[in-house]
Amino acid sequence: MTTNRREFLKIAGASALTLVTPSLLSPLWARETVRIPGQDFTPVKALMAKRWAMVIDASKCPPDCTDCITACHTVHNVPDFGNPKDEVKWIWTEPFAAVFPDENHPYREQGLQKMRLPVLCNHCENPPCVRVCPTKATFRRPDGIVMMDYHRCIGCRLCMAACPYGARSMNFRDPRPFITKINPDFPTRTKGVVEKCNFCAERLAQGKLPACVLACRQNAILFGDLNDSTSDIRKLIGKRFNLRRKAHLGTAPQIYYIL
Amino acid sequence: MLEKALKGSRGYWIWIIFLLVMMTIGVLFYLHQLDYGLGVTGMSRDVSWGLYIAQFTFLVGVAASAVMLVLPYYLHDYKAFGKITVLGEFLAVAAVIMCILFVFVDLGQPSRVMNVLLHPQPTSILFWDMIVLSGYLLINIITGWMILSCNRREVPPPGWIKPLIYLSIPWAISIHTVTAFIYAGLPGRSFWLTAIMAPRFLASAFASGPALLILFCLILKRYGRFDAGDRAIQALSKIVVYALAASIFFVLMELFTAFYSQIPEQTRHFQYLFAGLDDHHNLVPWMWTSAVLAFAALTMLIIPSIRRREEWLAIACVFVFVSLWIEKGLGLVVTGFIPSPLETVTEYFPTGAEIAITAGVWAIGFLILTLLYKIFISVYSETGSDDNRPVANGK
Repeated sequence: MTTNRREFLKIAGASALTLVTPSLLSPLWARETVRIPGQDFTPVKALMAKRWAMVIDASKCPPDCTDCITACHTVHNVPDFGNPKDEVKWIWTEPFAAVFPDENHPYREQGLQKMRLPVLCNHCENPPCVRVCPTKATFRRPDGIVMMDYHRCIGCRLCMAACPYGARSMNFRDPRPFITKINPDFPTRTKGVVEKCNFCAERLAQGKLPACVLACRQNAILFGDLNDSTSDIRKLIGKRFNLRRKAHLGTAPQIYYIL
Repeated sequence: MLEKALKGSRGYWIWIIFLLVMMTIGVLFYLHQLDYGLGVTGMSRDVSWGLYIAQFTFLVGVAASAVMLVLPYYLHDYKAFGKITVLGEFLAVAAVIMCILFVFVDLGQPSRVMNVLLHPQPTSILFWDMIVLSGYLLINIITGWMILSCNRREVPPPGWIKPLIYLSIPWAISIHTVTAFIYAGLPGRSFWLTAIMAPRFLASAFASGPALLILFCLILKRYGRFDAGDRAIQALSKIVVYALAASIFFVLMELFTAFYSQIPEQTRHFQYLFAGLDDHHNLVPWMWTSAVLAFAALTMLIIPSIRRREEWLAIACVFVFVSLWIEKGLGLVVTGFIPSPLETVTEYFPTGAEIAITAGVWAIGFLILTLLYKIFISVYSETGSDDNRPVANGK
């Protein structure tokens, strides 16, 4: 078959058009409403940000409150093995001295010493777990969320050794029989893979705030885009003195604690 | 040459059957682990690596120590080692296979192991460790086997083997350096976060590996009708004593830095090891045993009149091996996790299943080693040569 010049130009032009068309049409249907928490209009679609971060005002936490933990662990099918050896946890509480060992001294006010702070994955800007993972099963999204691919993880647990916050859990056995009530909207995990908090990436995609944020009746947990100078959390951490866990390690953790 | 492993004395077969039984027990327990998950081990959320990874770390050292024979022989033409370099290479082969098996049994999802190659992550030290270990295995299988079969046929080895042998020298250093980097680059684990980790690993490797080799040479001399030669064994024992001295020196430097600076992050791990932390003393008796054995072996090996007596030399080598096995195969890995990043002390006790699987992997290693050494001895007694490997002369 021979192609003359006219025909060639026609085909080339048509092909070029198909490349351009989607980008011209896409804004019509693919426009996702970016809703920054703290601004009040109803989200239509995914919540998006340039740098997700969390502020925890632990002074608001009532003693023995576990609302955030229950909400998170229910939504994410986190099993309860009932023993510390096999334990899987995404968010839990620790005493002040364990969370901020360098900030603790015997003359701290009693309230602070008795305080239990919620701890979770810090979604580091410079995450060591991502660096060490041999299969890219754990990775950092452009919006700062450090995620796990449960189907790629080989269970070598190098990320658990690398995490300076003890935020990661291994499924030392099949977790499914130990999930109180399975939430069909979120995957359960298999034995032999590592898991951790995912900043509710699956909920953000549906336009919902993280489960712990919504569950907290004291509004002690705030979530938002740190990159946006008008966001609530950005304003809050600019105003109130706050701490990050083990910031000296250079991991740039993104959970900010107000005490 | 393989058929030579099939002819042996009664004692040989009893040993082989013993190893096969141990191996089978290990495999059965591994099947249980595969079914239940790593929960059958003593590992926990806080102490997430245990006996398996510690054995791996220790055995990388044993594997790397083959270089202590290859280097003097090929680079310095130290002829006394001519007879036994193949023994060193075969020890490396068996040790690397054990290393790979120990990493494998430690995986939560072993069926996905190929993900390391399908989705390689160059920033991961484990990825590089996989590369250097498999490369080292290949180099040692090829060189050891090639040289032995050429010896058997009494022909000079092919020319291409020599560059490969030279390559094995830096490669041996690399496997233990890369393995040290797995630990030494983790921000939150202050026990491992030390620039001296790789040198420490190498020093202890060059003591434990040659000590093991001396023991094998003495066993082969007694039961295998193979004499490595007094000069070779004495030279090896000097290597052991220098490396052991360096190893002890490095540990003392760690202790100085920790306890003179008195930074809690540095001291508390050593406190856990040698004194116990918050009423947890699991490793204390082990570590003191290790320390006493190391100093006893150092004294015995430094004094020439003791070192030259074979029985004493054997005892000293057992001391070195046991001491360094405790230091790396028990203490080093677990203590990195104690206390945890949240300041809790969770102790680690290996379970029966875990110990059986560990013993099974050791049995596989010893089986491979026995078969390779049997072939070596058979070839040696056949040719009866005093082995000046043609490649060795290099002139």
